[in-house]
Amino acid sequence: MSSKKRKKLSPVQQQYQDFAKAREPKRPIFKNCAKAFFAGGIICTIGQLIQWIFITYFKFDEITSGSPTAATLIFISISLTSLGVYDHLAQWGGAGTAVPVTGFANTIASAALEHKSEGFVLGVGGNMFKLAGPVIVYGVFSAFVVALVKVIIKMLGGM
Amino acid sequence: MLKGHQTWIFESKPIIAGSAAVGGPFEAQGALAKDFDLLHDDLWLGQDSYEKAEKKLLEQACETAIKKAGLKKEDIQFFLSGDLINQIIPSSFTARTLAVPFLGIYGACSSSMEGLTLASLIVDTGFAQNALVGTSSHNAASEKQYRYPTEYGAQKPPTAQWTVTGAGAAVVSAGGNGPHVTAATIGRVVDMGISDPFNMGAAMAPAAVDTIEAHFRDLKADASQYDLIATGDLGRVGHSIAGDLLKKHGINIPEEKLTDCGILMYKADQPVFSGGSGCACAATTTYGHLINRLRRRELSRILVIATGALLSPMSYQQKETIPCVAHAVSIEI
Amino acid sequence: MLEKFIWAFIIGGAICVIGQLLMDGLKLTPAHTMCTLVVAGAILGGFGLYDKLIKFAGAGASVPISSFGNQLVKGALQEAERTGLIGVLTGIFEITSAGISSAIIFGFLAALIFKPKG
Repeated sequence: MSSKKRKKLSPVQQQYQDFAKAREPKRPIFKNCAKAFFAGGIICTIGQLIQWIFITYFKFDEITSGSPTAATLIFISISLTSLGVYDHLAQWGGAGTAVPVTGFANTIASAALEHKSEGFVLGVGGNMFKLAGPVIVYGVFSAFVVALVKVIIKMLGGM
Repeated sequence: MLKGHQTWIFESKPIIAGSAAVGGPFEAQGALAKDFDLLHDDLWLGQDSYEKAEKKLLEQACETAIKKAGLKKEDIQFFLSGDLINQIIPSSFTARTLAVPFLGIYGACSSSMEGLTLASLIVDTGFAQNALVGTSSHNAASEKQYRYPTEYGAQKPPTAQWTVTGAGAAVVSAGGNGPHVTAATIGRVVDMGISDPFNMGAAMAPAAVDTIEAHFRDLKADASQYDLIATGDLGRVGHSIAGDLLKKHGINIPEEKLTDCGILMYKADQPVFSGGSGCACAATTTYGHLINRLRRRELSRILVIATGALLSPMSYQQKETIPCVAHAVSIEI
Repeated sequence: MLEKFIWAFIIGGAICVIGQLLMDGLKLTPAHTMCTLVVAGAILGGFGLYDKLIKFAGAGASVPISSFGNQLVKGALQEAERTGLIGVLTGIFEITSAGISSAIIFGFLAALIFKPKG
């Protein structure tokens, strides 16, 4: 619990926080990191393999192979999500399955599937970005700020 | 009649004339499977949505309870029900099917005992001959509403719990034979500042302890008067916290007497993290397993304390902590 | 060549470990964690450092979500080079279009065909 949150609690509540925390099964951070390392590493290696296949057999180069590689990984992730397998892999892999672009695809597919019962326009269409939305919003906004700063500095004769 | 500050004694001893427990796939593989009247292997129950499936579970529990009480829908004066879905639609839509005068309630996972308390009050005071009380929960519907889409790969921590897919219902009647409700203590809302929706056990334990304390104080009783004291869904984490918290408050309940429905529900090898939760957890355990044990005379007097976490997905996003409530009902044979 | 695969594994795994530490250590939600990594990728991209990481680790740097932030910045900067300051606004999605389009298209197809398993 952050210290700002803690200060808002009364002494009795703060005491209980400590009491409860002492009886809380600790998250196995080390084990989770090891699993995340392994799962994330495997997914990136598969990505590397897919990229190599596109370069060697399909006339792409280092730069242009990026897009079809991403699209292929996204296809695989959404297939596994649709088969009901991805969430089980993710319980094991943690950040190893959430951080790669496969995790992004999983958020979109899982939300789309879940809200099918509310129809295709408001349900699927309206909820698809429930979890992916923040990533896109913050990605775009931070890219805008970073690029703006860089371009202005350049214009002012800086870097 | 009121005893102490917040406890009702039901002098006419309303009978639980019939009760039913319906469950889903996980419950079918669980530790209490034999005590369910109906078990489904399909999470959808052949319906188009999880919410409609939950309504079907509740309908089945209600109809089975009425049948087991030897009654018909027309004999029931009032139906009290609540659940976890927004605007308690499974309960409302079940009420539509039953066409019984309806009182919707909400106590999160404490709804089962909140309902049983009110139903017993209505029957004890002569305001009804028969009252039907029910509650339900559905794992996928709850995950969809409170947390993440079910196919989403978010890693759950060891303190998380598994919402029971099921429904429990009971008919409370003014006469007859069977287990009867003797008293109920209505809980206060207690908030000890826990804000993690993946650790409901720690959030609810203080409310359970507060209600148990109030129950013993109001009735001038102690654990020796009960064969079993079961909390609703504290899970392993909450159960251990509650045990220590009770000792800290000077309330002595022997370990073999204190249990939790969320722990009883599932087998050790099922991937349910800290244990079961959801309205149906306390309801199906009580209206199935515990009532059966009472009827077999394995137990003669029990206290069930259903616990509820009164948060919403929005309150969590608005950085609120989790207020909880617990309601206790004593049932005797 | 095998070296490329080994570095992809190691760097990809390492970025995921950073994510795991954010989730378990700082108790951030997956959404907060991914946003943090995307913003970090955008900042590193602004300094030109992320492309260096991709040259070295290949898919180990281009597959994690942080690369998305880098691609957004590159798109903005590329367009700004061509059309001036306004390019910072208009060029953002130029490079990442494959990722977002395929996620939407395949996601929608999945919803047409499949039901969640619960």
